[in-house]
Amino acid sequence: MPIKTYRQAINEAMAQEMRRDSTVIVIGEDVAGGAGCAGERDAYGGVMGVTKGLFPEFGESRVIDTPITESAIMGAAAGAAQTGLRPIAELMFMDFLGVCFDQIYNQAAKFRYMFGGKAQCPMVVRTMAGAGLRGGAQHSQNLTQMVTMVPGLKVVCPTNAYDAKGLLVSAIRDNDCVIFVEDKFLYDTSCEVPDELYTIPFGEANFLREGSDVTIVGISNTVHKAVAVADRLAAEGISCDVIDPRTTSPLDEEAIIESVETTGRLVVVDEMTPRCGIAADISSIVAEKAFGALRAPIRKVTAAHSPIPFAPALEDAWMPQESDIEAAVRSVLEYRR
Amino acid sequence: MPLDKKQFLQAYRTMRTIRDFEYRVSDEFGKGNIPGFLHLYAGQEAIATGMCMNLDDDDYIVSTHRGHGHCIAKGGDVGDMMKEIMAKQGGSCAGKGGSMHIAAVEKGMLGANAIVGGGPPLIVGAALSAKTLGTDRVGVSFTGDGGSNQGTTFEAMNLAVVLQLPAIFLFENNGYGEGTAAGYAVGSRDIASRAAAFGMPALKVDGADIFAVYDTCKKAVKHCRGGKGPIAIEASITRFRGHFEGDAQAYRGADEVKRLMKEMDCLTIAGAQAIRKKLATRAQLNAIDRDVAAYIDESAKAALAAPGPDVSELLTDVYSSAY
Repeated sequence: MPIKTYRQAINEAMAQEMRRDSTVIVIGEDVAGGAGCAGERDAYGGVMGVTKGLFPEFGESRVIDTPITESAIMGAAAGAAQTGLRPIAELMFMDFLGVCFDQIYNQAAKFRYMFGGKAQCPMVVRTMAGAGLRGGAQHSQNLTQMVTMVPGLKVVCPTNAYDAKGLLVSAIRDNDCVIFVEDKFLYDTSCEVPDELYTIPFGEANFLREGSDVTIVGISNTVHKAVAVADRLAAEGISCDVIDPRTTSPLDEEAIIESVETTGRLVVVDEMTPRCGIAADISSIVAEKAFGALRAPIRKVTAAHSPIPFAPALEDAWMPQESDIEAAVRSVLEYRR
Repeated sequence: MPLDKKQFLQAYRTMRTIRDFEYRVSDEFGKGNIPGFLHLYAGQEAIATGMCMNLDDDDYIVSTHRGHGHCIAKGGDVGDMMKEIMAKQGGSCAGKGGSMHIAAVEKGMLGANAIVGGGPPLIVGAALSAKTLGTDRVGVSFTGDGGSNQGTTFEAMNLAVVLQLPAIFLFENNGYGEGTAAGYAVGSRDIASRAAAFGMPALKVDGADIFAVYDTCKKAVKHCRGGKGPIAIEASITRFRGHFEGDAQAYRGADEVKRLMKEMDCLTIAGAQAIRKKLATRAQLNAIDRDVAAYIDESAKAALAAPGPDVSELLTDVYSSAY
């Protein structure tokens, strides 16, 4: 099977779906690039090159470069989704949610319900999240928790190229508004990805490692840190279940609870602030539904409660690191009542 | 072509339907039969009517929090609307929308919007669908003077110009954004010139004159269907009621509302003009008035008698499929 990067897998999902369905369009800032310029079109193909090549194949009516105008991009996608298109709107950095959130959570997410089931909003918001690139406080955040809390939205956080393609195809075909959170640390990671189209259903977690001592749940890039820790601890005879929920809305609660019922210990990792984040949410679900199975207090490993700092040493201290995950795993194992 | 006899009578009937609908829901609200908030369109009827008469069922509109008139003018079912606003079974939005989210999606009325300035970006999307899919549909965003100050509206106008989309930005300047005068809040004073600055033609019209509104909207729709990109209209008007029902309107001048209701009533003006132009007789207009009154009464009584929604519907239609 061919090896493809996360970036290539996402690009391929879009291209293949656009070939299959002429109502699928891509809209956003520099999704091609070069509009109105003296040089080349498709100069960018998205700021990270994820949409590169779509413009030459599908043209300007389906690969639409916009001004820097996030509210209008999200609103246009939502209005177009309500009237016959299946837009993939790119929100360059997830931090920009702040300037367009109304069009997502008050409009797109609510059409179906607010209008009594007579409307739908089949759109995808592709956005990029994740710290560690020294992007500072407004180009680094993972705000998955802010969209996960909104009824009507579905939220996908792919962690490898295979999942990214299958989940994006599902997102494009879904009749609801799907927020597709790409981790910018993963674009150059690769794995086997089939050439043909396939789908991965939402709400089905992936078990990356199976073990019986501790359950570790990770979101986006943190799941890879969790796997690294689990592999290291395996040498000491500590075996961990590592779960990648893949979608935070819907969330595969069952997989997490089943695992905790076996291990009795839970470490949840995300790269969000500690209050009201996904780790906090999963902790509360497990505390509520699997309290009897717990042999130690749940441990959250999250970022710090501060804006994301710029200086590398500060940002590294802000982010959840493998050493934090390892310490948390050891602490739940050592816990005695 | 200006309004002919048949079209005028249709316009008059629509305006009267909106007026009677609004006064009836006001009464029912006063009696405690309507929960929540009501923002009434009374006084502004000629604008929705004159625009929507130039649209087909498959053209799109988005509306404001003051959306009943737009919904009726676009062909929304009055009985279902009455039920929705009274929170009864059979309502247009199954009891999940209410007055501020009244919609008739099947008629291209994509929804009233309780976020001021929420609608213009959405109509850019509807116009984008029309252009991408190669239909000759147009999208109209009804926005107020209040909404004309929102950033979303500016972004929507700019993107519509950049992509040359068949979108009409119709600004109903009723003089007030809640309890603040447009003369204070609209920095440019004039909304049309602000729209023009985005690079689209902008027209101005007396919103109380159905004949003028109809003609102006006809030009705008022709412009859009002809592939010439977006266009804006500023219609000056007043509202007969407060921002919301129950608003004491202390911010309005002494006798201001009373005077404007006399001077700027689109129905009175339309009737007088039509009789002068021999498009209608007083008897014809009276017959429409009686007809509409009976229709609204019947719709209201049916809504009052209808059962409330089944609470088992609480979680339906959050998503398109099992979640």
